[in-house]
Amino acid sequence: MRANQNSKTLSADELKFEELLASGRKIEPRDWMPDDYRKTLIRQIGQHAHSEIIGMQPEGNWITRAPSLKRKAILMSKVQDEAGHGLYLYSAAETLEADRTDMLEKLNNGKMKYSSIFNYPTPCWADMGAIGWLVDGAAICNQVPLCRTSYGPYARAMVRICKEESFHQRQGYEIMLTLCRGSAEQKQMAQDALNRWWWPSIMMFGPRDDKSPNSELSLKWKIKLFSNDELRQKFVDIAVPQANILGLTVPDNDLSWNEETGHYTYGEPDWEEFFEVIQGNGPCNKERVSNRREAHENGQWVRDAAIAYAEKRAKISRPKTTQDPL
Amino acid sequence: MNTSPAPSKSDLFKYTLRQADNSMVLCQRLCQWAARGPDLEEDISLTNIGLDLIGQARSLYQYSASLCDQQVNEDDLAFMRDSHEWSNLLLVEQPNGDFADTIARQYLYDAWHLLFLEQLTESNDTTLAAIAAKSIKEVKYHNRHSSMWIKRLGDGTEVSHQRMQDAIAAVWPFTAEMFIPDELDQRMLEFGTGVDLKALKHTWDSQVSSLLVDATLSKPVAGEAIVGGRQGQHAEYLGDLLEEMQSLPRSMPNHQW
Repeated sequence: MRANQNSKTLSADELKFEELLASGRKIEPRDWMPDDYRKTLIRQIGQHAHSEIIGMQPEGNWITRAPSLKRKAILMSKVQDEAGHGLYLYSAAETLEADRTDMLEKLNNGKMKYSSIFNYPTPCWADMGAIGWLVDGAAICNQVPLCRTSYGPYARAMVRICKEESFHQRQGYEIMLTLCRGSAEQKQMAQDALNRWWWPSIMMFGPRDDKSPNSELSLKWKIKLFSNDELRQKFVDIAVPQANILGLTVPDNDLSWNEETGHYTYGEPDWEEFFEVIQGNGPCNKERVSNRREAHENGQWVRDAAIAYAEKRAKISRPKTTQDPL
Repeated sequence: MNTSPAPSKSDLFKYTLRQADNSMVLCQRLCQWAARGPDLEEDISLTNIGLDLIGQARSLYQYSASLCDQQVNEDDLAFMRDSHEWSNLLLVEQPNGDFADTIARQYLYDAWHLLFLEQLTESNDTTLAAIAAKSIKEVKYHNRHSSMWIKRLGDGTEVSHQRMQDAIAAVWPFTAEMFIPDELDQRMLEFGTGVDLKALKHTWDSQVSSLLVDATLSKPVAGEAIVGGRQGQHAEYLGDLLEEMQSLPRSMPNHQW
């Protein structure tokens, strides 16, 4: 405790790191950084990348069944964007000396986590609307501040990701709007989807601030710029008026507008469910991970072939380069 | 290409629909790969190719719809026809199988598709020619992608070599259909609107043979051709594929989505 309080014991590296953070400049891969800063970032970026990859499944589930050619093309694009986001993020993690293959292995054997939201099922087309509107909407609240996060490669990846997420959010809302302007049956589909996705979306921001073990350090290191509860409030304030425009009812009996604070007051999510899903007991945890593992294992011979082919090519071209130094 | 008189509207409709159906069915097959690719890069590539194909299908369905006597739109054509009304080549409806099967189907089609489109740009139907000119840029990439994988898998490991060889053999009987014109193809060719399918065979053969040699693969012996796709005679595969694709709009017809 005393050593921590005594700033004189900071090394030159540590001082420089603190200075960079304080000045608001980015930490870059070449800069010295504390081990825990590196580990925290690898954990966060890795989880984020895994969430993108696992997140392809609940929507991929509807690509073959999208109800119009326009919706099909949009959904294909969106799921493709998610694979792209996964790639940028794994690349950002690699600048911290993490390895994509190793991270994917940890995802496949359950040693690394991904956002719990993707452990909920998508039984109905309206879920494509609700995911875009609410899940991507919540992701944007979380991710826009990350464009200013202290680690440079992560911040830059997030700028690009946020642009695409904003398109995803709008297309989801537009699906909801079309359903709500359609038949009574379609509007009911939209309401059911809102009922299914509202609380899981609220819980996407993580535990309450007083129960979030990793938040304090992340805030100090400017990896995180707002607390879980601040971001959650922001999301509720944006999403409730959007639900009103759709003519749908948010499934929260405690929801009310608070004139004094200028914010909505909302009810307490079922945190027991939240921790159960994190522990692997959500409706689709096993299915999502086993699909991922299956794709990975089925692709092993393909990846092996690509490596073998590249090695053969390298052998053929090598003698030329040794003979001709130019 | 010969000119005048112009083909009948109904012939042009059917001819355009054939090309649309090819792109649509192959797109749907690639959609089935979503999140199942051998790596992330391939997930992205396969979806990219699928997106190009759905874009081509939409342009062609929209054009077909404008030629149709009934009041229809692109979605009616894609979602409301039964399998016997589909006129795609049998090759594109073949199941995904493993990655080698998907690549074999893709490459043998891409190589043909590119030659087909090159000719179609010379069609006297300006819409078909314009759609072909736009699609060529995309299909060049498809062809490069699938050729690359034929080589990697053919000349990769023993396992991949065998799988690639088996995959080529499995779809080979469906390739002959691409070069056998029926009466509609013949009429469209005479009007200067359609493509001379027989004339594509020689170039396709030599391109495919040379790639297979590069990939250390042997060319299957030409067996009996399996045909009938253009006449709506499909295997059970297509029915299953369409049942999945069309399920929602068919269960709730006349809805906006």
